[in-house]
Amino acid sequence: MAFLDRTARSFVLGELVAGMALTLRYFFKPKVTINYPYEKGPISPRFKGEHALRRYPNGEERCIACKLCEAICPAQAITIEAEPRDDGSRRTTRYDIDMTKCIYCGLCEEACPVDAIVEGPNFEFATETREELMYNKDKLLANGDRWEPELARRLELDAPYR
Amino acid sequence: MYDFFHNTDIGIVLLTFIEALALLVPLLIGVAYLTYAERKVLAAMQLRKGPNVVGPFGLAQPFADALKMLMKETIIPSGSNRLLFLMGPMLTFMLAMLAWAVIPVNDGWAIADINVGILYLFAISSLGVYGIIIAGWASNSKYAFLGALRSAAQMVSYEVSMGFVLVTVLLCVGSLNLTDIVRAQQTVWFCIPLFPMFVVFFISTLAETNRSPFDLPEGESEIVAGFFVEYSSMSFALFFLGEYANMILMSALTTILFLGGWLAPFNMEPFTWIPGVVWFVLKICVVLFFFLWTRATFPRYRYDQLMRLGWKVFLPLSLVWLVLTAGALMAFGWLPNA
Repeated sequence: MAFLDRTARSFVLGELVAGMALTLRYFFKPKVTINYPYEKGPISPRFKGEHALRRYPNGEERCIACKLCEAICPAQAITIEAEPRDDGSRRTTRYDIDMTKCIYCGLCEEACPVDAIVEGPNFEFATETREELMYNKDKLLANGDRWEPELARRLELDAPYR
Repeated sequence: MYDFFHNTDIGIVLLTFIEALALLVPLLIGVAYLTYAERKVLAAMQLRKGPNVVGPFGLAQPFADALKMLMKETIIPSGSNRLLFLMGPMLTFMLAMLAWAVIPVNDGWAIADINVGILYLFAISSLGVYGIIIAGWASNSKYAFLGALRSAAQMVSYEVSMGFVLVTVLLCVGSLNLTDIVRAQQTVWFCIPLFPMFVVFFISTLAETNRSPFDLPEGESEIVAGFFVEYSSMSFALFFLGEYANMILMSALTTILFLGGWLAPFNMEPFTWIPGVVWFVLKICVVLFFFLWTRATFPRYRYDQLMRLGWKVFLPLSLVWLVLTAGALMAFGWLPNA
């Protein structure tokens, strides 16, 4: 009896028809495609993108060359050299990030005692040569200046959870 | 003018040439847009948008693809048999085009209205397997060879049940002429009285054209691309065109055998205003949509399941239905030309 039942069912192609009904329903559903370069998906305030070195509102750079980020970096992508500036404050003379080594773990950002190095919302920094991905201090500070409003907003949004 | 085209040798040749062109050019454009439709339909069923960048709604996409294909280098593997390697795709393409000679697009609109049209079609579509076998063998590659073997076995198996389905239809019509087959459906389309055969035929056409879920000869996940792994550029494009032209051909055949060809769905006023060609093309489009729809829905068959379905399900089923139909026609005296 079970055999007859199974055979009869398979001859009516019920499962196939059900499957096709499902795909037909999907055919008319609204599509989820995002038209990428013109439309972009939402990004969390914690999104770890391109790095930036921030400044205080008075224009002084935040980084105090404590080298905590260099020490914690699991990929050893950060290289820092420092000496006292003319006014006696401790500053970096060299702050390089090798973006080809970086794994975007965000530990540098977490290690930083003065919120100087941060990972910003920018993920579209592809380049045509490898050399361009060896970021130096100028590039990082420029990034900071470019993204500062967004960076400050993100830090504020994420502050309650830190 | 009429005299020139119908009574002089050169005129007849010229007329046939023009007719062939008038059929093949729209067909090739149809093939181009079938690839577009396939991508769009698959995308829609996977909640994607599909090609939409080249031209409005991505409508220029097929031509961009064709152009890209033409610019590529034709690579001929050093271990291959050059002559056969190039013959394979040409054969596939030519056979796919050749079959269209007997298809009646409207009442009396067939390039060759021969009285063994269905046999001609069946013969041509059976020859199609040679293109694949030749390609697979000449490539001298194990994937291509496996794909060709699979394809040969598959196409031969499904031709048997397809043959029985054809015989069933022919019993109801009493003619091998495709135009007569359509005319016989004036009162009711054969897809209604012969519904099980219609389903068997449709599934067999899927297998016959190597379409998913029976696309084992191509089987991307196991044998890369099957019989055409080694092909590139225009030789690949010819396979592609041939395959899609075959899909359209099989849809046309389904339309003629079961869906009343160029006939309007109801033989009354508002429907009969629309010319038969439009109905014919519309029906082909619907069948093609089913082709794409099944591709979006079902996973690929395993090879032994494929063979089981062909030999142990479709063959007996179509055979039984053939006998039943013949019996019914005899018992009720419905035999045509009796």
